[in-house]
Amino acid sequence: MQPPERSSLRQLAAAAGLSSRRFIADATGRVSMAEACGTVGTAPASPPTWLPGRLPVVPAETFRACSVMVSSARQLPAVLALLRLDGIAGRIVLCPPDAAPDHLPAVIAEARISAIISDGTGPALPAGTPVFGCPADAPPDLTDDAVGAATQWLLFTSGTTGRPKLVVHTLPSLIGPLDDGLGLAPDAIWSTFYDVRRYGGLTILLRALLGGGSMVLSRADEPAADFLARAGRSGVTHISGTPTHWRRALMSGAAARMAPRYVRLSGEVADQAILNQLAAAFPAAEVAHAFASTEAGVAFDVRDGLAGFPAGLIGKPGMKAELKVVDGSLRIRSARTADRYLGATSSMTDADGFVDTGDMLELRGDRYHFVGRREGVINVGGQKVHPEEVEAVLNRHPAVQMARVRGRASPVTGALVMAEIVLRASAGAEPSPILPDALRDDILEACRRALPPHKVPVTLRRVASLDTTGSSGKLSRRTQDEHA
Amino acid sequence: MSVRATILAQVTAVAAQQKKKLAPLSDGLRLVDSGLDSLCLAVLVASLDDRLNLDPFAGNDNIAFPVTLGDFIKLYENAAA
Repeated sequence: MQPPERSSLRQLAAAAGLSSRRFIADATGRVSMAEACGTVGTAPASPPTWLPGRLPVVPAETFRACSVMVSSARQLPAVLALLRLDGIAGRIVLCPPDAAPDHLPAVIAEARISAIISDGTGPALPAGTPVFGCPADAPPDLTDDAVGAATQWLLFTSGTTGRPKLVVHTLPSLIGPLDDGLGLAPDAIWSTFYDVRRYGGLTILLRALLGGGSMVLSRADEPAADFLARAGRSGVTHISGTPTHWRRALMSGAAARMAPRYVRLSGEVADQAILNQLAAAFPAAEVAHAFASTEAGVAFDVRDGLAGFPAGLIGKPGMKAELKVVDGSLRIRSARTADRYLGATSSMTDADGFVDTGDMLELRGDRYHFVGRREGVINVGGQKVHPEEVEAVLNRHPAVQMARVRGRASPVTGALVMAEIVLRASAGAEPSPILPDALRDDILEACRRALPPHKVPVTLRRVASLDTTGSSGKLSRRTQDEHA
Repeated sequence: MSVRATILAQVTAVAAQQKKKLAPLSDGLRLVDSGLDSLCLAVLVASLDDRLNLDPFAGNDNIAFPVTLGDFIKLYENAAA
């Protein structure tokens, strides 16, 4: 999958073959790969019927060297815009559907956006920037005579509060880490719970486009059961999501509607409980968990079914991404990390070219385990608690479907650990914030057996569901000490 | 159950849960001598908040932490009044 640096996304997708079996679909429509790449006959005279006609549609060439933002609630129009504008536009900003409209004017100014490509859905767009439909035509292929730099792809970072940062990638920096042979089969049908405007989803889309496969896109407001059923009907073979996505999927009871060969977890710490549950739910599938970040790219994946990763990967020569641990956090050096944050003068790498992921590691035996984000740490009287570590213990309890742990202000120790849990359907009576005392005691006793006292939740609250952060699919983590 | 009775019950419960040996309880007992460590006291405050819906420390950055069990109970009784 090593691309020539000058090829556009459309050329690479077409080079992988345009058999009639290949397609891209979302909940609202389906196009053949040939149509998506614009190589069916001549350029279509009109946009596909599933695009609303209210927005002006102009030739792709109009956007040459322009900075454009792609914004729509639906994913298919965004994918088509990418296929038709990469190699033409100077810069493409991928706006996630859950972007806060309040932040868009600043993003548009900072990225010097001169046009927005939309289908009329998505976050409310500020006035003043012209909005167009997706170009219907296929621009000419890049040739050796083509001048100018590769199109910049700007991604919003996920999981942070406040105004998003924009991370600058190019197609080669996005594709580089995908050179692991995964899913290189003409019959691979990829899908992901992620939105493809997020790094985790975009890499899956690129695997499908460049590896000769097809792609089934998700939709933010689609219930997990409906999405899984649709994925099953479409014959999805390779599917990815966060552990939170997967816990929800298993909670929905609809996992059996799909029979994937490969199940991938990324974006959050995969604990042993979810790995075991997925192995049981999909006995025919390989279950792998991967580490990637928007800034550092895909670093590695782990396919042995065990949480954490072999310590031998740290400092191992010959890896596409070199890994090291500094002050407990993982650092990654690869030729394919993002260039920089837009507008930042300083590099995002250290003096040796490593990106600090901010993901904290703990060595247990011969494996490293992720114990959380540096900034997610709860400080209980000077002792650090990583929420994920406590969540992993809670999630192992047979009555617990899903847990979220965070800090609770304490006048005595600064903070305490509190937990919200969703019970398995079979484990409880009517939904109520009150836990039966016997069950509460049993869960807390399990925590006390596995954790030192300061890590045991002080408050255990039963909730009906736990939020995920929009299209990033990660468990929402409000800032600690919200109780203060 | 009165505020006082709830506090005394919780002090006993937290000590048992955290496997701490509790000194005989009296209003004059200094909290530092009670057998409860900082984590226990933090847990006690949190559980009283949950049970009494009362946190006399919340939103008060300048409050001095009570020294004796009697001070502690009085702080809660005043907050409940």
